[in-house]
Amino acid sequence: MLVYVLGFLGAVLLGTLAIVFFAVLAGKGKGTGQKSVIPPSAGSPLPTPSSAPTRYTFKSIIFSAVDSLLVPLLAVLTAILLGGIVIAVVGGDPFAAYKGLIQGAFGSAKALSETGVWATPYIFAGLAVAVAFKGGLFNIGAEGQLALGAVVAALIGYALPGWLGFDLPAIIHIPLAIGLGALMGALWAAIPGFLKAYTGGHEVINTIMMNYIALNITSFLMNGPMKDPSPTNVIARTPAIAESARIAPLFEGFRVHWGFILALLVAVLIWLLLQKTTFGFEIRMVGSNPDAAKYAGINVKRTIVLTMALSGLLAGLAGAIEVTALNYRHELGFSMGYGFDAIAIALLGKTNPFGVVIAAILFGAMRNGATRMQFLTMIPVDVISIIQALILLFVAADAIIRYIYRIKARGERVTLTRGWGG
Amino acid sequence: MPEKTIILEAKDITKQFPGVLANDHVDFNLRHGEIHALLGENGAGKTTLMNVLYGLYKPDSGQVSVNGQPIVIHSPKDSIQAGIGMVHQHFMLIPVFSVAENIMLGDETLRYGFVLDQKSVVKRVRELSKQYSLDVDPEAITGELPVGIQQRVEIVKALYRNARILILDEPTAVLTPQEADDLFVIMRELTSRGVSIVFITHKLKEVLAIADRITVMRGGQVVGTVKPKETNEAKLAAMMVGREVILTVEKESANPAGEILKVDALKVRDFRGQEIVHGVSFEIRAGEVLGIAGVQGNGQTELVEALTGLRSVVGGRMWFSGKDMTGKSPRPVTETGMAHIPEDRQRHGLVLSFPVADNLVLNTYYRSPFGIWGVMIPQAIDANARKLIEDFDVRTPSPYVPVKKLSGGNQQKVIVARELSHNVKLIIANQPTRGLDVGSIEYIHKEIIIMRDRGVAVLLVSAELDEIMALSDRIAVMYRGQIVTTVEAATATREQLGLWMAGAHPEQ
Repeated sequence: MLVYVLGFLGAVLLGTLAIVFFAVLAGKGKGTGQKSVIPPSAGSPLPTPSSAPTRYTFKSIIFSAVDSLLVPLLAVLTAILLGGIVIAVVGGDPFAAYKGLIQGAFGSAKALSETGVWATPYIFAGLAVAVAFKGGLFNIGAEGQLALGAVVAALIGYALPGWLGFDLPAIIHIPLAIGLGALMGALWAAIPGFLKAYTGGHEVINTIMMNYIALNITSFLMNGPMKDPSPTNVIARTPAIAESARIAPLFEGFRVHWGFILALLVAVLIWLLLQKTTFGFEIRMVGSNPDAAKYAGINVKRTIVLTMALSGLLAGLAGAIEVTALNYRHELGFSMGYGFDAIAIALLGKTNPFGVVIAAILFGAMRNGATRMQFLTMIPVDVISIIQALILLFVAADAIIRYIYRIKARGERVTLTRGWGG
Repeated sequence: MPEKTIILEAKDITKQFPGVLANDHVDFNLRHGEIHALLGENGAGKTTLMNVLYGLYKPDSGQVSVNGQPIVIHSPKDSIQAGIGMVHQHFMLIPVFSVAENIMLGDETLRYGFVLDQKSVVKRVRELSKQYSLDVDPEAITGELPVGIQQRVEIVKALYRNARILILDEPTAVLTPQEADDLFVIMRELTSRGVSIVFITHKLKEVLAIADRITVMRGGQVVGTVKPKETNEAKLAAMMVGREVILTVEKESANPAGEILKVDALKVRDFRGQEIVHGVSFEIRAGEVLGIAGVQGNGQTELVEALTGLRSVVGGRMWFSGKDMTGKSPRPVTETGMAHIPEDRQRHGLVLSFPVADNLVLNTYYRSPFGIWGVMIPQAIDANARKLIEDFDVRTPSPYVPVKKLSGGNQQKVIVARELSHNVKLIIANQPTRGLDVGSIEYIHKEIIIMRDRGVAVLLVSAELDEIMALSDRIAVMYRGQIVTTVEAATATREQLGLWMAGAHPEQ
């Protein structure tokens, strides 16, 4: 277990390195780091009210959670209702179908394990997209960042011992594999960040383009230089990674792995970063009002680049964990759609890290349970895609849900995307 | 003089918005050929009432009648039909269209059913222009006309649609004093030809100068209707606010000390990349207020943005507190002791979705005691918020409501509290009281003078000449990107400043 904790710390370390790298690269103005302490003009120490309620009381957290979860919850319920109608229309029994779905997702230890397996990349990638949203950026490129993260993790996993000429202990090999994978994602996402910050090129267009480049590079590598050379192999995939680069399952006999625990930890860390640190404050300020951020002395351009790098880091981590903890290799097409589902997950989770975890588990459960549903009722798994699309529709166009259930708008709104160069 | 017939009457109008009773059983009438001023602070319900008359809102109860006939107004089309025309504060004109095109927009005259008949429109506009001495050229490109003329285009537009009742919403806000005087002449001309005018404003002097009757609104209700002869500024202000108001800013003469800001031949470009500030030079000493008077759009915004580090400088230098700060970004400028009350408070001064407490540390969040080693300290932010909310009398239910829930005046107080709470040597205040109620204006003016008396230098930019004259020790007049002249406030007169603002040369 220590191995995984260290592995995770290694990933964070390397990710931090990536961020520092970009900070140096992008930092034209003065840093936002610690400055000499300037006391308030009054000169007297600030009074500390004894009974002043602090910012996050238990009650306020619960209240805000219920408040912000209302629309997503109703969106899911409405989508499931409509999905049931669709199932009935095509001649199925919606109750049997949903029973199968729930059984397949939560009905047994194995079902729960598989739901966790599905949820893991969803959590990482969902966090990636959510962080970008917080910074006012729409990262559609999680898919490509994730694929390249997986490619690098696989390369380090199978090739590094050979290059070095000796076997690595797991305690070094695992952190290197996932850390460099995450770094690759960060680098890849930082490019559209740069283009956005310094040329005004819109990140929506550029991340889509970067997806094509990333997926074609991956395809080339899987079919060429990195193709598994074993004589029986006809699939575009890398060789299996070394034992020393593999993250173990949580329990013997189940596929759910330590990556799931890491995902939960990262969600907590991202929440802390966004809510409790000055860097998070800067990300949120740039995301909410870039003009005010500039006025407040924030280097807006650098913050945009760093936000994209952080987003890509998380997407890269999603890919690297899939390789080191689940598949033990990278295979062309394994990750198809994680990066895109992540957009729906981030929106459903209202870009709140804990909301993302819940949404990711929900999506994971639906994907996982769909197989059993199909097996039991002959209803095609595509119904699940319809339900997920409906959820996304209702969350993105929350006016529909607010209209149906007569809920007033309140709180922070997610900025999906701004105008060109905005 | 016999009482003229009532042409427009609103009876018992009530309009409820969620949480606000915007119009509470309001009665209002307009007589044939009169100018009826509607006076009140922001949020008093003036605009709601006019939007009811113009058909943009449907009242919850009440009745609107024109010429004694009750009418039902569903949309602006109905009110145009009924002869009501509205000139909005922000013009509804398309800059690249000609005047005639703008006027026919939405009411196009056609030949053969589909060809625009520009000629007849041009002819009709010429006639109207002549008839009411408006001096509007129908073939000019609208965007190239001065603001005062664009406003007349709006008036012609209403007359073209046969409006007999004109609603003018804060028409003088965008005009120089001279342009405002011209507008008043036109308003008189219009009424002498049978047009009736509702004149919405919050400027007391104008109301007394031009109106036949004055209706004052406060808190959604009509406080009273008076004639200019029976009242004065102080009485009107008291009606608007509901208590006695000190209209003049009480201040001792300034004791300026050392130079705090020196600006030498500063050149700045606007967002289009065209030079808009052409070599401006001035200096401000500690303990004095330098006012920059000028009609909006003469480079004041860009000058302030350059001084505060938001806009890059293309020529010239500036020294702040003895240091060359030319082209420095906002953070070092703030840290040297510059406070900036920005022109557009919602765009630059606040993050509307953030809580009040966070907005109070918007540019100090990263340093002790609010941020230590990159971690925010909620206790310090909370204590700071509670102290400033108390000290600056910010009306908010809690430090943690989003700042967008606050009224405009309280939003501005949040900015003022934040900016004046750190080590300040210079305050740059751009339109610090625009759109605020009388009470908040009073408060902010007092704060500025208190800071001045503490030895802080103040640069005040305002389009309100009264504000400039009330607060400044020296007044610089800005016209087309240059400072035309700088005078001692004690010797300046409104008329003279107005002429300079309009481009007159100081030696003439």
